[in-house]
Amino acid sequence: VIRVNIKLFASARDLAKTDHITLSLPDRSKVADVFICLSEMNSEFRKWEKHLRFAVNWEYVPNDCILHDNDEVAVIPPVSGG
Amino acid sequence: VIEIVSTSIDVQQVLQSVEDPSVGGINMFIGTTRNHSNGKAVVALEYEAYAPMALKMMHRIADEAKAKFRITAISIVHRAGRVEIGEASVVIAVSSSHRKEGFEACRYAIDALKKDVPIWKKEFFANGEIRGQQQNDSGGL
Repeated sequence: VIRVNIKLFASARDLAKTDHITLSLPDRSKVADVFICLSEMNSEFRKWEKHLRFAVNWEYVPNDCILHDNDEVAVIPPVSGG
Repeated sequence: VIEIVSTSIDVQQVLQSVEDPSVGGINMFIGTTRNHSNGKAVVALEYEAYAPMALKMMHRIADEAKAKFRITAISIVHRAGRVEIGEASVVIAVSSSHRKEGFEACRYAIDALKKDVPIWKKEFFANGEIRGQQQNDSGGL
């Protein structure tokens, strides 16, 4: 089992109603599994699947990225800086 | 200089950070907060940053700009927190021997920042409504 720290920003934080979650997941879980957990917390997440990006330890990653113990996983809605 | 700051950006200081006697010019982009959005009056904005990742990406954009264009120095400074109307939300300065590379690198940096740096804008409207910018772009989120 691994523990990962999920950070949520902007509208993703509004959907989750929190800015961070700690998840315990089976070994070799993927970023996509984090999305499944979020969808179970709030089914509204499913609508935004195509728009959300994920970062692990401050780098964007594809959804099949394998997670490791203590990874920081950020849920990143469309950015709007500038 | 690569920074995220919570108070007014000192534009003169960003300019000075790229000055060099060897350069032929300095190109700056100053993004400012506008007082309207989708036809409605905006009274203030707030920027939220995932600071450690945003800074890492801003450093990478600066490195890429240096690798792609013949420039001497580049600085990128972005605001976080509440920003009043008309204030600078982002300042990019590029010094280079020749203007073409300066313009190109400056444009590259602001485009890359807007696409990938994890910073979010929230608009506060005169009618009391509050909206995350991404609600415009992707239809609700």
